Amino acid sequence: MSTITPETHIDSGHNDDPSSNYLTSSSGFMSWAFTLDHKRIGVMYLVGIFASFFLGGVLALLLRLHLMVPNGLFGDWISLDNYNQLFTLHGAVMTFLFIIPSVPAALGNFVLPLMVGAKDVAFPRMNLASFHLWVFGAIFFLIALVTTGLDTGWTFYTPYSIETQTNVIAATIGAFILGFSSIFTGLNFIVTVNTMRPPGMTWFKMPLFMWAIYATAIIQILATPVLGITLLLLMGERILGIGIFDPSMGGDPVLFQHFFWFYSHPAVYIMILPAMGIISELMSVYSRKPIFGYTFIAYSSIAIALLGFLVWGHHMFVSGQSPMAAVIFSGLTFSVSIPSAIKVFNWTATMYKGNINLATPMCYALSFIFLFTIGGLTGLFLGALATDVHLHDTYFVVAHFHYVMMGGTVIAFVGGLYHWWPKMFGVMYNEFFGRLFCAVVFFGFNLTFLPQFVMGSRGMPRRYATYVEEYQIYHVLSTIGALMLGVGMVGAVVVLVVSLFKGRKAPANPWGAATLEWTCTSPPPYYNFEHAPHVDSPYDYSGLKYDAQIGGYVKDPNAPKPAADHH
Amino acid sequence: MLSILADTMFFPPERSTVAGSVDGLFDFIYYLSLFFFVLIIGFMVYFVLKYYQRPGHTEMPSPSHNETLEITWSVIPSILVGVIFFFGFTGYLNVREAPENAYEIQVVASKWNWVFKYPNGAESSDLHIPVDRDVKFLLQSQDVLHSFYIPAFRIKMDCVPGRYTSTWARATQTTGSGLDESAHEPLRLFCAEYCGQQHSVMHRKVFVHETAEFDQWAEKAANILENNPPEVAGEILFKRKGCAQCHSVTGDNSAKYPGPPLNEQWGKERQVLPRGSSSPITVTMDENYVRQSIRQPNSEIVVGRKPGMTVFTPQLLKDEEITAIIAYLKSIK
Repeated sequence: MSTITPETHIDSGHNDDPSSNYLTSSSGFMSWAFTLDHKRIGVMYLVGIFASFFLGGVLALLLRLHLMVPNGLFGDWISLDNYNQLFTLHGAVMTFLFIIPSVPAALGNFVLPLMVGAKDVAFPRMNLASFHLWVFGAIFFLIALVTTGLDTGWTFYTPYSIETQTNVIAATIGAFILGFSSIFTGLNFIVTVNTMRPPGMTWFKMPLFMWAIYATAIIQILATPVLGITLLLLMGERILGIGIFDPSMGGDPVLFQHFFWFYSHPAVYIMILPAMGIISELMSVYSRKPIFGYTFIAYSSIAIALLGFLVWGHHMFVSGQSPMAAVIFSGLTFSVSIPSAIKVFNWTATMYKGNINLATPMCYALSFIFLFTIGGLTGLFLGALATDVHLHDTYFVVAHFHYVMMGGTVIAFVGGLYHWWPKMFGVMYNEFFGRLFCAVVFFGFNLTFLPQFVMGSRGMPRRYATYVEEYQIYHVLSTIGALMLGVGMVGAVVVLVVSLFKGRKAPANPWGAATLEWTCTSPPPYYNFEHAPHVDSPYDYSGLKYDAQIGGYVKDPNAPKPAADHH
Repeated sequence: MLSILADTMFFPPERSTVAGSVDGLFDFIYYLSLFFFVLIIGFMVYFVLKYYQRPGHTEMPSPSHNETLEITWSVIPSILVGVIFFFGFTGYLNVREAPENAYEIQVVASKWNWVFKYPNGAESSDLHIPVDRDVKFLLQSQDVLHSFYIPAFRIKMDCVPGRYTSTWARATQTTGSGLDESAHEPLRLFCAEYCGQQHSVMHRKVFVHETAEFDQWAEKAANILENNPPEVAGEILFKRKGCAQCHSVTGDNSAKYPGPPLNEQWGKERQVLPRGSSSPITVTMDENYVRQSIRQPNSEIVVGRKPGMTVFTPQLLKDEEITAIIAYLKSIK
């Protein structure tokens, strides 16, 4: 059960030279585009996701520059219509193309089978199909972008999305296809975790990243079909005029919101849960301490996944839904805040009496705790009904979800990328520049979004192309912060890219981590492991010793056997 | 000191009876959050400084879980969020249910216009309300979702096509005195739900009057044709009926205005396409042309423009109102 017999891969023409790895085992466009190797699929996702992130980021900077002055910095060059398309595409590209697949599909694909000590995911072909679907979905988004644009906001609220002249159909087809991509990834991970764990890796000896990915996968396969149905209904509404959401035909526009958020609120947890999984790994490895309260963290992932299905109505407190519904959704919303709080406390406690290595991934993990705490606490203002009425659809909300989505997920994603980069590409990056740009990102981020809390609570509505003068100071600060954040993000990527050419060769285990992916060479060989790995406790660092000669950690043969092995 | 910071930094002025309790809850959550933020980040920074990797320093044994601690830090936040939930919920019921006998104003939102209709038949494009009186806003939308938002009152409610929603407020202070609008410092009213192209310019002013003055204002507003010279009445109607959304009166010919500009047009000739014809004819902008363009806007389309204007039937716009609008169009330079 622990290993799969190597099946015939399309790219089976790889060479068996022991010095070759998954990057060099075969070459040519076809050997990548049709590979069944989870590592190559992960790398291709990574490239696609960075292209999307870049596109979404450029759109964001254009928006922020435009908002420097009340009537728009670019004059007629960005008209009201252009602005509406810019913010819509920024949101849609970032959500559907970047942030939802970022951690599970790119890092998860690469790391999860290695963590399980397997040579691939359970269904390699489905994994490849998932990537191809992502590419098709992205193409439809680009079609919407270059034809008439899209100006509905990423939420596609009816009835506006029924009557706008922009290319809603192309974008919804894109999102529909991306939904399948997401379902395939989730299904694959669930089966992989259920059936391919090696002997000795019981549920409560799994690394917490696996718990997080597993919880995410449950949401992906249960919630995403609802989005698919909703988008089909929206297409039916536009093309056939079926009238289910259109009030002029007796339909109900609020029904669309219920359908939409039934997927899109759990989708928030598709974004943040895997990020939390990364942070659990990083806090433990770089503090050299077993994660504090493993069981609470593991259960809290599942609790978040399940409770996340019950809170969608909190997006609709002022939509005209019944006060009773609003009260119930508000109560449930607070229930989901508890497992998140527990995780933050546990991560912090993990550092106690540790030996904290402030390497770049740890700097990102500490940034994450800072930013995610702000994101989580500001959620309290929005979950409480009376304050939400005032803050709903203002910049307070914009700031809140950027703290969670970007300060949370994106920061964790970059931290995880730095952490696993030596494993993925076999090179070490420059620590000084890695940390420097982490600091630039951190300050730029806070300068961008802290002022937005203030202007939002002062009444500045979101999605405004122009605004009244009293809000200008906050917009100016926010734009300066965004430029700094842009520089930091580009710098962080440049550090990684430069390492591909100039980086020193990475040892198998540069950080002294105890999870299985660090037991194979860096980068991993085509079949991941030369021998079936031996499963130890994922957070026991006592058996690992730093070897200055190779610049990494090796198993200490004299170390006492970890106590956890006895049961 | 901190409370001064929270009060001045985060809020627009408090101008309704519910604003104080909303801000009170906001403050409560704010200080609670600040406490937990300082606690968590304080511990984090302390641990980093105390335990960072340096020569001679190693990790030390410590328990990897502690049930008492973990149950404590699950239960205490649960109780606190329970308290926040409770105050949020009581405050919310307060803004949802208008008190009985409230003065009722109908609010009609459309792309991209607000019309406020008062019980005596008056209509306005900026909102006028009496001070110290419960005012219920009955909201409706003629097309897509809009959202009625007055930050100073801390109220917001979506206007949903095909159904009525409502909210209410009781203003605690006037915005000025007299019927002269320039003597007021009006509050802001925003559209908070994205509604398309001109969403960000769908904001209006809110005037709060003394009761007697408000009655005077409403009386005057109900009879604009009688109480104003024709050009002035025409200008009010031009804005209130939504003409100003599509027709510039400053000569702005950009795509912001789908209709042709209307200043300095009186008596001039223009090229129009009669319906179903492909060859333009020349017409003169006079009383009959304007009246026809309002009653049957799609019969003759100015060359280069697309049909799309609302057909103004006599129910929507009376003949004497058109006469006033004509007087206004004659007057604008």
